Amino acid sequence: MPVIPLTAQVQWSIPDIPWGAISPELVLFGTGILVLLLETAGPHRLRASALAFLAAAGGAAAGYGLTGEVTWPALLALAGLAQLALTATWRERPRVLSALLSALGIVATLGVVAWQWQTLAGGELLATQSGLADMVAVDGVALFTRVTVLLAALVSIPLGWSYLETRRIHRAEYYPLLLFAAVGMNLLASSQDLLMVFISLEVLSLALYILTGFAKRDLTSQEGALKYFLLGAFSSAILLYGIALSYGIAGTTNIPAVGAAVAAADTPAALAVIAMALLIVGFAFKTALVPFHMWTPDVYQGAPTPVTGFMAAATKAAAFAAFLRIFVGAMGASQWSWIPALWTLAAITMLVGAVLAVVQDDLKRMLGYSAVAHAGYAAIGLIAATREGVSGTLFYLLVYAVMSVGAFGVLSMLERRQRRAVSISDLAGFGKRFPVPAGMLSLFLLSLAGIPGTAGFMGKLAVFRAGVFAGQWVLVVIAVLSSMIAAFFYIRVIRAMFMDDEPDDLETFELEPTPGLSAGLAASAAIIVVLGVWPTVVIDLAEQAAAFAG
Amino acid sequence: MLAEYLPLLLLFIIAFGFVAVSLAASSFLGPKNPNPTKRAAYESGIIPGDETDPRLGRFSVKFYLVAMLFIIFDIEAIFLHPWATVLRDLGWFAFWSMAIFVALLFESYYYILRRGGLEWE
Repeated sequence: MPVIPLTAQVQWSIPDIPWGAISPELVLFGTGILVLLLETAGPHRLRASALAFLAAAGGAAAGYGLTGEVTWPALLALAGLAQLALTATWRERPRVLSALLSALGIVATLGVVAWQWQTLAGGELLATQSGLADMVAVDGVALFTRVTVLLAALVSIPLGWSYLETRRIHRAEYYPLLLFAAVGMNLLASSQDLLMVFISLEVLSLALYILTGFAKRDLTSQEGALKYFLLGAFSSAILLYGIALSYGIAGTTNIPAVGAAVAAADTPAALAVIAMALLIVGFAFKTALVPFHMWTPDVYQGAPTPVTGFMAAATKAAAFAAFLRIFVGAMGASQWSWIPALWTLAAITMLVGAVLAVVQDDLKRMLGYSAVAHAGYAAIGLIAATREGVSGTLFYLLVYAVMSVGAFGVLSMLERRQRRAVSISDLAGFGKRFPVPAGMLSLFLLSLAGIPGTAGFMGKLAVFRAGVFAGQWVLVVIAVLSSMIAAFFYIRVIRAMFMDDEPDDLETFELEPTPGLSAGLAASAAIIVVLGVWPTVVIDLAEQAAAFAG
Repeated sequence: MLAEYLPLLLLFIIAFGFVAVSLAASSFLGPKNPNPTKRAAYESGIIPGDETDPRLGRFSVKFYLVAMLFIIFDIEAIFLHPWATVLRDLGWFAFWSMAIFVALLFESYYYILRRGGLEWE
């Protein structure tokens, strides 16, 4: 009996993979692997580096010999040479090398994103196309969110440096985990398939669980990591159930196809609503909408401060991108079912987040609750379900990312000064002694409060405007109310810093100068001010980006 | 429209009912002559040890680490099997896919090795 090859029995063809669609993730992932390997070199760093150089050189020679191409073998050889030189000169300071490589990788990824944007923006609008057998979309929402995520990751590297050093938790795994989390977020923002959504969500969550517990001798950090892990796993399961029901309705997990099937007349309405509800709950957990926010304060408080800043900013951006893609992009036709649900969630999120932040004394916890309120503001653009709404949410998330990374950056400096958690009363007199960091924290807080002249105001304006144009003015009134409550506790911090006198019994430690922190804070502050007075460039980009792949 | 799911509901009811009835019946009708061997965990269960005796009550966490690492690599190596049987038909595409996979697998193995994940002491 002749053996029939398996590939002849199943219809199989070699998939044509457009690697360009996921090129940013590939670059980021490659950098993560590289940084991870750098650490394993251990005490024999130079020997391992020499081996790696030999491998690279051999690969380059073989590549040249076999294909006759010059470009990539030359690049490979150059990379091998560069890492050899770097290892030799930086033998004693592997962390510097890891941080530098990670930052370079993120910059390179930003370059690739710019290249994608350039390629797609050839038309009058960002072309919407999907690649990888409709698994990944290359569209404006994906590209804009990638920029937000990468920016947050890039800024949090110099901001976190000295904090991690002071707390003695500067382990080499920090940078690869940060990069892998960013890979997951980038993929989530561009997922065109519900399974891809789930996989990327897991990639980013797993990295973040570990980063949350990174201060492993600190009990709050452990507690945060465990809570995040348990609730994260729970929410993933709910989301997965929603995905399963969507598959039951549509027979596919492709997001636009699911949207079409849900809206189809012969789909049982009950089934569609249950599927949507499960999806909403799953994403509400990740974006910390009330009442699915329970983990947020503990996790944000327990995580090392630079991680908190990154997590608050970038996770939110990525999860909202998926939210937008699934609901506004694909399920636009069944708005009647999900808008009321999200409306309610957003309204209570804004109010509960702001009110609970008022009663917090721990500064980090207060910022955690304010992050909850901000998720509610960002959701307004989602509920508007219009093009302005999408661009408003995208812009808001970018602005929020910068503000939040900056605010947590100053907070990490305060924590280094006191070697413990910072309460608001500890801030008394900080402004008189350190006017520049205190001024920057004030700027970030004013921006979070949405005072005109800062980027936060422009962000709020964008989402509120979209909300009003879409007829959701009640929601916008609630949002303004919540902003007013929020302004109270932001300004209370500023008042403590500049008006009160420093208590005598405050135990502080010497702050050694940290160029990385200064650079990161200066960059964040500059972005806040520039976007506050001249936001047109980025708003235009966001409007250009507010398109989904079909 | 939900009527199609009626058989499923019936199945659930029957399944739960069967379990409930058999448990109730055996507890009412069955003779009970317990002895220590009968009360012990059946077959593969672990007999819980004495909390106060460290030899019985506790496992080293390293055991779990090694076991988990073993399972991860074991499961991932399963991919190699179907791949090997159809490699000839799939050609270079499959070869390079697996090469990337194995390289990443090896990378994580190397990482674990260098970070001391497999050292018992």
